[in-house]
Amino acid sequence: MTVFIIRRILQSLGVLLATSVIVFLGVYAIGNPIDILIPSDATQAERQAAIVALGLDRSLPEQYWMFLSNALQGDFGRSFVFNQPAIGLIFARLPATLELAFLALAIALVLGIPLGLIAGLKPRSITDETIMTGSILGFSLPNFWQGMMLIMIFSVGLGWLPASGRGDTGQILGITTSLATWDGVTHLILPAVNLALFQLALVIRLTRTGVRETMPLDFIKFARAKGLSERRIVLVHVLKNIMIPVVTVVGMEFGSVIAFAVVTETIFAWPGIGKLLIDSIMVLDRPVVVSYLLVVVAMFILINLLVDIVYSLLDPRIRLRDAQ
Amino acid sequence: MTDQPISRRAWRLPSSDTVIGRAFNGLVTSPKALVAAVLCIALVLIATFGPWLAPQNPYDLAAIDFFDARLPPMSPSMTGSVYLLGTDGQGRDMLSAMIYGLRTSLVVGLLSGVVALLIGTALGLVAAYFGGRIDALIMRVVDLMLGLPAILVALMLLATLGQGMWKVVLALVLVQWAQFARAVRAAALIERGKEYIEAAVSLGLSKRRILFGHMLPNCMAPIIVVGTLQVASAISAEATLSFLGIGLPITEPSLGLLISNGYQTLLSGQYWISVYPGLLLLVLVFSINIVGDRLREVLNPRFVGR
Repeated sequence: MTVFIIRRILQSLGVLLATSVIVFLGVYAIGNPIDILIPSDATQAERQAAIVALGLDRSLPEQYWMFLSNALQGDFGRSFVFNQPAIGLIFARLPATLELAFLALAIALVLGIPLGLIAGLKPRSITDETIMTGSILGFSLPNFWQGMMLIMIFSVGLGWLPASGRGDTGQILGITTSLATWDGVTHLILPAVNLALFQLALVIRLTRTGVRETMPLDFIKFARAKGLSERRIVLVHVLKNIMIPVVTVVGMEFGSVIAFAVVTETIFAWPGIGKLLIDSIMVLDRPVVVSYLLVVVAMFILINLLVDIVYSLLDPRIRLRDAQ
Repeated sequence: MTDQPISRRAWRLPSSDTVIGRAFNGLVTSPKALVAAVLCIALVLIATFGPWLAPQNPYDLAAIDFFDARLPPMSPSMTGSVYLLGTDGQGRDMLSAMIYGLRTSLVVGLLSGVVALLIGTALGLVAAYFGGRIDALIMRVVDLMLGLPAILVALMLLATLGQGMWKVVLALVLVQWAQFARAVRAAALIERGKEYIEAAVSLGLSKRRILFGHMLPNCMAPIIVVGTLQVASAISAEATLSFLGIGLPITEPSLGLLISNGYQTLLSGQYWISVYPGLLLLVLVFSINIVGDRLREVLNPRFVGR
């Protein structure tokens, strides 16, 4: 078990290192940072001084080493626009994005599991066909257009919900959240639904597949033979079995949700890290872009690692297979 | 291929011994998939013959009239014709702009899909055939690529490279090839153990001939399925990137960019500028996905992507 965990941690560190090389090459080597960092009216001597100060006169591996050692100390440079440490900006906006992502996943699970169960229990029926076609529709709906339609219908047309911004926040158990105020909740609904739809389609498919694989198994036949009600078989025995893969995949999808929040936040002007990223790309605020990419990838790798470890604790088959 | 019992239907439909035959049968026997397939073909034809079908060349400055800007659908134009779907902020006929946008979206989707298919298939075959270190190396990279969310990788690349059609295609190829590699490798591993490959090896055929002449044709099923689904996701991803302003430049407006143009006017009730291109995009991606889903069902349920 320890070997398995150590190996997974080493693998994760490898991925993170590879990402840092890619990001470094992309941001620092492809463009010319001097043009962006130094004002165009600087004298030749000032330029030279700045190049030396930034270490741009050194070789590429040396520069990468500087970038990496600074990054490891939490120094990703200062934002050109806000003139604050870039990493601080990211962490200041992270809670808003996390709140959105968690709520979206919650919506996907709460709606997706029952729909997947219904579809899987009556395969090839009209209900199943409708739900499954609906889930393909969910995969196909362009996320950004779907968000615009939500605004058009519920904000412009019906006037029920606000179209943009985060609204008032309050404190619950010391955490600042929109869920604490009514105004915050109304602002949160549309973005969360927008972000949830793709995951909802995924959860429906996973649950349906799980149900169809579990139903013919012996322990279900045994439960039937024991005379358990169909209701109990589905809600306790089947559900318990399919929860592991569903929760695992949804856990791993968390990274995608954070990445797709870029789109949602842009449409609904949600003040999270996704909107910060797009704004920073537009004004070439490179330190912020780098911080975003590395923080999100690190978060993503960490979640995958945790999911893997928890999964292998729950299901010994995984770590046995991996040990071979 | 196993022998299939000859039913009455088999006389009317093409042979179900070939992948193409099975795919065709699968599509015509499901009404939903048939409608979707017909829609896909119709949209490709519309895109191909777009310049002859569109009422106006929306990028010919002489053809558009700024005084016609933001007219609702069915408005008459200054010259007497009717704007069926209204006009956008520059006075372009929406229908024409959508037909041209469809062309761009399809070109980007198909191009990146085909390039990713070629690269991914070649690498998947090589990994399965040679095994060992080569396999381990290729699959490690595949796992890395599939582990990161596609949209994040594309964002990362375009954030550093900037806008442009070729850059978007490059980004999409980069996030898609791994899907093909994984599916083809899985299929090729099964084929590799079969006798006809052993026979080909003992006949002394060249590696290239065995790989591409013998193994590849038997791996067509997963390639077709993944290919279909990936084209849909490429079109969708391109639209998303263009909407975010880091995809295609203004000079090559895809459906995503058209929708994005209407975003500002949506709140003031001028819905048609973004609703119609969005509907077209949805119909396109939805029908490709329905076809892909059906193909997956009839061709090979084992190689399930997502």
